[in-house]
Amino acid sequence: FAGLADVSISEDIPVEGEITVPVGSRSPDEDYSTLDEPVRDTIMRDLKAVGKKFVHVMYPKKSSALLRDWDLWGPLVLCVSLALMLQGGSADSKDDGGPQFAEVFVIIWFGAVVITLNSKLLGGTISFFQSLCVLGYCVLPLTVAMLVCRLVLLAGSGTVSFIIRLIVVVAMFGWSTLASTAFLADSQPPNRKALVVYPIFLFYFVISWMILTFTPQ
Amino acid sequence: QLLAGQRQPRSFWTFEYYQAFFDVDTHQVLERIKGSVTPLPGKNFVRHRLRNNPDLYGPFWICATLVFAVAISGNLSHLTEKRASPAYRYSPQFHNVTIAATLIYCYAWLVPLALWGFLQWRQSHGAGAYSFLETVCVYGYSLSAYIPTAVLWLIPAAWLQWLLLAVAALLSASVLALTFWPLVRADGWATALAVVAAVVSLHALLAVGC
Repeated sequence: FAGLADVSISEDIPVEGEITVPVGSRSPDEDYSTLDEPVRDTIMRDLKAVGKKFVHVMYPKKSSALLRDWDLWGPLVLCVSLALMLQGGSADSKDDGGPQFAEVFVIIWFGAVVITLNSKLLGGTISFFQSLCVLGYCVLPLTVAMLVCRLVLLAGSGTVSFIIRLIVVVAMFGWSTLASTAFLADSQPPNRKALVVYPIFLFYFVISWMILTFTPQ
Repeated sequence: QLLAGQRQPRSFWTFEYYQAFFDVDTHQVLERIKGSVTPLPGKNFVRHRLRNNPDLYGPFWICATLVFAVAISGNLSHLTEKRASPAYRYSPQFHNVTIAATLIYCYAWLVPLALWGFLQWRQSHGAGAYSFLETVCVYGYSLSAYIPTAVLWLIPAAWLQWLLLAVAALLSASVLALTFWPLVRADGWATALAVVAAVVSLHALLAVGC
């Protein structure tokens, strides 16, 4: 402690403070424990987060909220509802019908995983689950398109209804692809953007194809 | 050692090992696709285009695109053929996708494996060899010639369909032949190339079947 011999504290500066060190940091969990709140609050908080992300997808601005707080609830709900709506397609024989529930599910999840792996292998800086989250949420426009198609098909299944369905599906396909590239393109190295966007395009194209070719009983 | 041409060997279980196979830029992929449909006698696809940097991006996504192109155009051509008959009801025929996927991916992996194994075996007789990855890469890119064929198959003129198929098969077979010719030239085996051409036309028949 030889260096401290030169340090002198003038008498009119009071030296005070607390010796005890606060235990733990000030995290939000310290202020209110989420274990004691009513169940309704827990559910509403998650639902609000999911709803906020839906709004972000429908109006894709460059915000990082979708990326930061990723969750997979939204994609799961969208995937299940899309797969359910694609059921009940016409089938002349047992094999000749539309995709089964399991096929739709597998295509969406497996396709999203493969695209995420692809973008990471090409040197992207986005994390695995963030990318899955974005791809899953951007299925929302196509789910809306499926709903519209089913309603249109209730009215009739002639050429006019086909043209309406075609326009709606193409518009929603474009919206999905643009929304997901708006979120994902920034995290890629600049000379490989097209390599990353093309599989996303293919993925949404296949989903749109499944929606467009849906014919009811 | 499956991968004799790698620069820095890393462990098989790390992510970076696979990242080395995706080290291509957009323009490189486009160049490779163009190179796989233009057979130039002086230029070997592996030496000229790949330049010791084989990638798996091209083969994988070209196969995926081909699977969906074949399934969709098969479904649509089925529709245009049968539309005249009143008893026909449109059905998406989704099982085509699973069949096409299985066949195309098996072709894209097993045939290069067989060819590579054959070349390794013959290496003692003086033939050269490419690494397994380069073989897969060449085959994958050569399948890209079939994608426009699958899309243009929608035009319901039979003579045009067969013409397109012949042109595509010829182009990709000649690129493959030019690639492998220097290897087997020392061995004097022309039958190896006949095998290559036969395999490619078998694949063409697959596209017809869908």
